[in-house]
Amino acid sequence: MESTTSNGGRAFSRRWVLGAGATTLAAAGTAGLTACGSSGGPGGGGTLTAFVYGDDAAEVQVAAIDRFNSSAAAKKAKGRIKLEKVPGSAYPAKLRTAMGSPNAPDIFFNWGGGSIKAYRDAGQLVDLTDTITSDPVLKSGFLPSVITAGGIGGHNYGIPMRGMQPVILFYNTSLFAEHKLRPPTTWDQLLDINAKLKKAGITPFALGGADIWPELMWLEYLVDRIGGPQVFDRIKNGDASGWGDPAVLKAAQTVRQLVDDGAFGKGFSSVAYTNGGAPAVFARGRAAMHLMGSWEYSTQLGKFPDFARKSLGWTAFPAVEGGAGDIRDVVGNPTNYWSVNARTSDRDAALAFLRDCASETYAKALIAGGDVPATTNAESLLDASPNPAFATFQYTMVRDAPAFTLSWDQAVDPDVSTPMLTEVDKLFVGKSSPSRFVSALQGLK
Amino acid sequence: MPGVLFFLFFAALPMVLAFCLSFTEWNGLGDPRPAGLANWRKLFDDGQLTQSLTVTVLLTAVSWAFQTVVSLLLGVWAAGRRRNRAILSAIFFVPFLLSSTAISLLFHALLDPNFGIVRGDTLGSTDGAFLAIVFVGGWQFIPFHTLIYQGGARQIPDVLHQAAAIDGAGRYRRFFSITLPQLRNTATTSGVLMVVGSLTYFETVLILTQGGPGTDTAILPYLMYEAGFKSYDFGYASAVASFLVVAATALSLLLVRLSGFGAMRGTREGM
Repeated sequence: MESTTSNGGRAFSRRWVLGAGATTLAAAGTAGLTACGSSGGPGGGGTLTAFVYGDDAAEVQVAAIDRFNSSAAAKKAKGRIKLEKVPGSAYPAKLRTAMGSPNAPDIFFNWGGGSIKAYRDAGQLVDLTDTITSDPVLKSGFLPSVITAGGIGGHNYGIPMRGMQPVILFYNTSLFAEHKLRPPTTWDQLLDINAKLKKAGITPFALGGADIWPELMWLEYLVDRIGGPQVFDRIKNGDASGWGDPAVLKAAQTVRQLVDDGAFGKGFSSVAYTNGGAPAVFARGRAAMHLMGSWEYSTQLGKFPDFARKSLGWTAFPAVEGGAGDIRDVVGNPTNYWSVNARTSDRDAALAFLRDCASETYAKALIAGGDVPATTNAESLLDASPNPAFATFQYTMVRDAPAFTLSWDQAVDPDVSTPMLTEVDKLFVGKSSPSRFVSALQGLK
Repeated sequence: MPGVLFFLFFAALPMVLAFCLSFTEWNGLGDPRPAGLANWRKLFDDGQLTQSLTVTVLLTAVSWAFQTVVSLLLGVWAAGRRRNRAILSAIFFVPFLLSSTAISLLFHALLDPNFGIVRGDTLGSTDGAFLAIVFVGGWQFIPFHTLIYQGGARQIPDVLHQAAAIDGAGRYRRFFSITLPQLRNTATTSGVLMVVGSLTYFETVLILTQGGPGTDTAILPYLMYEAGFKSYDFGYASAVASFLVVAATALSLLLVRLSGFGAMRGTREGM
């Protein structure tokens, strides 16, 4: 008995530290470090640190930094850059902790918009607006809609550094041919296809509801098609009453109809995208369509190469009859960005490196990896892509888009996006009604 | 003495700091700004706390019942002296050695409605998600508690059983009249561990349900994590953390009082 008691005591205090104290520990740690860190900027000694989201695609950034470190520009700026790859899902939290400490990176990967707003508000970002307008390489190097999406309130804080990630409606060409269907261009056509597929016993849409953000994509497109891009623009710029726009309610009602109609099948909220569940449902023909970011193509190519080569089709999200949005409008992540820490020890070296992202060598490396860069010169390079047809579709889609709406969860502040995603999930699983959905979102500050 | 210092530095100090932070507004950058009672007001105003507390209590109660019943029966069975049972219990102990994260990932895959072994929308329905968490927690911790019960059952002197057998008591009668009462203190020990463990249950919820569907399985520790590391609202997260500390302490004290855990020395008194 004696030993059990002491064991219980140990478990208690250990859990205490891990559970209740973890937040504080992290918090106290960074607070303390900030206090002593006011002297001396980050990096120093000519070496700059860059944080990047550490997935396979980071190889392009590794190569770019090697290239930069041995370049004339680096010698001129007397700076070297050291890359730190931060494992995927931990990236935002790790960046936040680092930015509050003296070990902050000089240059860091981000999603633009709301993902950097807190850093801008804390005066931690270099305003790149003048740098971009005064530098022809940067100014004309990138697609304007993409550069704009990386900024906040008319100011630029980011340089595009990865492929474009528009959300695309993928479909199974074999299934469509078998049931004599054509990809939908209007909402009525989509409903018609929906009914025919269900009759044939096929789930119309794959949906990784367990991750919630795939659900959000439906709302993003519906609000755009019904009310136009300006509806979310208002919300993004801090006007919470924008959630009260009739287009949001209509979009929520449309989502409910789809769910009630069985468009996503029954178990969608147990299916995840991230563990490969939803892509597998789609590739194996159990679902005929999949609304997903452009990375779905490389996911399928990696996991189900036969399906990706033979039966994977793609099209734009259909227009809604009578809606204010343009069918050419795009939602998704325009790309990822490099931002520069205002406390960097060597701003010139950082900016010299950022210029490399507009170069043809950098763009070629992205294309070889299956990405479509957001650079204006990309079009001439698309033939070198592993799938030129898909790359061209993606590129023209973004180039011709009147508006590119950044994914909502990246566009708004993290303290708004977390409850927002919860409300989206409630709407999809039927824990909330469209009108309650709207009023809950209006309540978010 | 080093133990006390360690405790003060790594447990007591963070707790005090968390409590101070709960009166500030801080997003992790720059200095915390005083916010008065705003975080606490938010905590008690929005329905989330009530709901989280309900889920936490319910989860604790159901987990306790499930784990106690199963591990009591298994423990008593495994206390038999046959060798194969010892080997079996050794194998049975394995789940406890796996990390909760690995177990949760495994079950997340098993519960996939299209390719898992359990078809249907388990994690997408309120009851399904709740029971999945209870089951996965049980799967991991029942072996440990079985071990405790096994030890407890082995301590019961054979003479009691022999005497009862002579008096004509059958297997079931002996289980209810001898084994169960003799395991009272074991049950208390294991029960307290279960309750305290359930209060800080976290990884399983994070990986299996992320508090969903909606907020139906958002227990207090998850709420704290979400506020701190997803919303970067460290003030509010600290308020949740402080509340959790108070609630857990109160509950442990209550359990000790009610169960007579403190007065456990005289195990064999009634013998």
